[in-house]
Amino acid sequence: MDFDLNRALNVLQTDADWIGLRQVSETTTTRYVRDGHPQSNHRHQTQGIMVEVLAKGQFGYAATNRLDQESLQAATDRAYAQAVATAPWAVHSFTTAVRPRAVGQYQSPIQQPLELINVADLMQLLTQVCATLKVCEQIVKTTALAQTVETEHTFVSSNGSSVYQRFFSINTDYGVTAQDGTVIQQRTDNGMFARCYQAGAEVLDPQAVLDRAQRIGEQAIELLSAPECPTTTTTLVLAPDQMMLQIHESVGHPLELDRILGDERNYAGSSFVKLSDFGTLTYGSPLMNITFDPTVPGELATYAFDDAGVPATREYLIQEGRLLRGLGSLESQTRAGVPGVANFRATSWNRPPIDRMANLNLEPGDTPFEEIIGSIEKGIYMESNSSWSIDDYRNKFQFGCEYARRIEDGQLTQTLRNPNYRGITNQFWGNLVQVGDRSTLGMYGTPYCGKGEPNQCIRVGHAAPVCAFTDIEVFGGHG
Amino acid sequence: MSFTDINSDINSDINSDIDTDIGTWEGIFNQLCDRIFTNLNAQEHLVIELVGEHSHFMRLNGGKVRQTGTVTDGALTLRLMADQRTAAATVPFTGNLDRDSMAGLESLGHLRQELPQLPVDPYLVLPQNLGSSHAMYRGDLLSPQQAPQAILPAVQSADFTGLYAAGPILRANRNSAGQQHWFATETFVLDYSMIAPSEKAVKATYADTHWHQDQFEAQIQQARSQLQVLDRPRRDVVPGRYRTYFAPAALADLVGMLSWGAVSEASLQQGGSALGKLREGKTLSPLLSLREDFTHGTVPRFNSHGEVAPEVLPILADGKLVNTLINARTAKEYDLTSTAANGSESLRAPEVAVGTLPPEAVLSALGTGLYLSNLHYLNWSDRSGGRITGMTRYACFWVENGEIVAPIQDLRFDESLYAFWGDNLEALTTHAEFVPDVDTYDMRSLGGTRVPGMLVNAFTFTL
Repeated sequence: MDFDLNRALNVLQTDADWIGLRQVSETTTTRYVRDGHPQSNHRHQTQGIMVEVLAKGQFGYAATNRLDQESLQAATDRAYAQAVATAPWAVHSFTTAVRPRAVGQYQSPIQQPLELINVADLMQLLTQVCATLKVCEQIVKTTALAQTVETEHTFVSSNGSSVYQRFFSINTDYGVTAQDGTVIQQRTDNGMFARCYQAGAEVLDPQAVLDRAQRIGEQAIELLSAPECPTTTTTLVLAPDQMMLQIHESVGHPLELDRILGDERNYAGSSFVKLSDFGTLTYGSPLMNITFDPTVPGELATYAFDDAGVPATREYLIQEGRLLRGLGSLESQTRAGVPGVANFRATSWNRPPIDRMANLNLEPGDTPFEEIIGSIEKGIYMESNSSWSIDDYRNKFQFGCEYARRIEDGQLTQTLRNPNYRGITNQFWGNLVQVGDRSTLGMYGTPYCGKGEPNQCIRVGHAAPVCAFTDIEVFGGHG
Repeated sequence: MSFTDINSDINSDINSDIDTDIGTWEGIFNQLCDRIFTNLNAQEHLVIELVGEHSHFMRLNGGKVRQTGTVTDGALTLRLMADQRTAAATVPFTGNLDRDSMAGLESLGHLRQELPQLPVDPYLVLPQNLGSSHAMYRGDLLSPQQAPQAILPAVQSADFTGLYAAGPILRANRNSAGQQHWFATETFVLDYSMIAPSEKAVKATYADTHWHQDQFEAQIQQARSQLQVLDRPRRDVVPGRYRTYFAPAALADLVGMLSWGAVSEASLQQGGSALGKLREGKTLSPLLSLREDFTHGTVPRFNSHGEVAPEVLPILADGKLVNTLINARTAKEYDLTSTAANGSESLRAPEVAVGTLPPEAVLSALGTGLYLSNLHYLNWSDRSGGRITGMTRYACFWVENGEIVAPIQDLRFDESLYAFWGDNLEALTTHAEFVPDVDTYDMRSLGGTRVPGMLVNAFTFTL
């Protein structure tokens, strides 16, 4: 970032009550290999500034990728004109209290810098991954993708904010399609794009990657001859790579205050949660402890400040099953009158911040994995999300997984294919009966949480232990 | 939505009403491309792609403005090919010729360093000059200052929520073989929900190239009358199989699933398509025909490789799979003929053929069952089985003996396309609607889906 944002801010002329400049520069490099052949090698760079002003109680914004004073002044004028033109129609009259002064820095913790990743070596590794995934001729497709992302955020404002945050992340995705006649199965590395971390080249350790590739290929073949998941109501045990999706869809989104306030009703939807539920609603069983935690080293959505300049802190959203606070920024907290978190986040310089998840985690309990399985007479164990769908109030969901095992008399037994389950959020979390200890904890993330008008995809992280739920409707495919 | 190709001069300002210099981008883009092509070596091949927009966004909640602003954004992608290898680089396109040239030439240098380190790409297809195109569609849009006063007074006293997005959009493509494509259009989309106290909603879009205040206000007035039906007491319908009518917006969502691992030739070849059974001889209902139809001009016919799609490409004809979407790489890999599909081989201008059911006869033909205006959050629950799960949303009703009885509690469905587009497909309406693509991820989308309504004699609801 060689553009001096502070100097630019000092020169801008505006009648606004407050002005902030948020510059984002991001370089994403994607390398994708299919069946051992290169499919894509792409470096994507984006850079720009969002000017945001507050005038007559209303915010207006203008975003430009032209980093010069003249363009910033034009953007400032546009933002101001928008704020003034819509102030009589504002959903709320805001003050500068929702843009507190913030000063600080953050950088992702990495062990090995991304620059150490040699292009030829990485392409060779991805090609090796494809070769390792193809454990036999029934593997008809192999894919290996690695993506590095370097992002710089700078935020300055007329009330003295000066924040610099630098993020490094690596996303990987390895997968196979196996086919035997009309039976087709897919298996991936903990689900599509689940392995996303703020990390460096250390996550590309070849031996660890190839060991996982071997297991993925073998399990895909295992699925080809496995029976369909039975249709029944039973005890369901979910691995952390499926708990990620369960937390995201049935806890994260319904707790977003902007959904509860109605902002998303034309797109992502509303929520079954009411503002009056905070502090009173029993969301799940007493074993359920959910934290908003943007402080976990290495988790995908760790940061020091949100895009309003609010310091990021760990907060319990749900403690011992009781709903305490929502996923709401200062703007939403002001509108709603309920406690929130530092989660005002924009996907890039060209979108305004909205209420988002960051790292949303289920805190571990004290039961070892063997003890959870050992206590179940009949049940199903599922891993790795493959299908997801939930209603616009976040009640009725149906999720599918890649891989399942039958639980019989306290043992994991037969492999099952096409496992799915469905339920209703409150009932489902009320049936949480066992939470794994820290040894069962898995940490994953996704770069593809979609929401907002205009639409935005943002990075979120989820960590969870293995969990067991009673009386869940499970079923298989009919393919 | 209708468009007129005005074939403007190359440097014309496409929207003098909007405070932007985006109208000058064509000349700058062409000069920039010339500078970069001049720097190519004899054995190098290059495709340059431009996407850009100047957008005004106004987000609404409860008839009030939640957030509002403008975004001026452009991105230039260079795909360099040499020695049977290829790589791409994307940089910001700002409209400043010197800065953009510097960024473009830096990217060229970066790609030259990359290529020797990459493996040979056996499916590389070099760019050709198969003919150029130029289309500019001038609009008459509200300025960002006019929009609040034009829209908001008309929607007061209603719980009006949604997004107004407007402004010029650009897509362009040139290659080192001399081919040039330019597509520019000025559009707006007001995508909204008018929400009843019951929390049910009338969902609609007003989208066009020219804003007509009288049309907008008439549409809002019509929505107000529809809201009254939504405030009737809600009916809880138990899961089961029901006769079901899908309004065009709902059918458009089902058609949209075909872009996600279905009509793609690569997905069919690689075991990832929901339409695999059609390759094995199975057929769908003879009532169902689907084609790509670019004749309406809402999206460019050229893809990111610069290939131009046929004006019309039948995909399903009378229930039979007659064509798939094939891009140049897939064509080379499987020794097929390209249908000039995009990189992901997804539908860009889908159109479902109309049927014989008059719209005014829909309720009587449905008799007793469900009338679904919209669906929500669709996903494959068993892709090889063609099974889709999702939710009903907004204005959905229980109908008895041809009369709307009550709005329903939303239901989850889980059903195979081989059933609802197979033996269970009873009729399609005689009238098709254009359902605009309102996505704004990364950039504003173009085009949409042209579909009739659909009557299915049995559809499975599970929760």
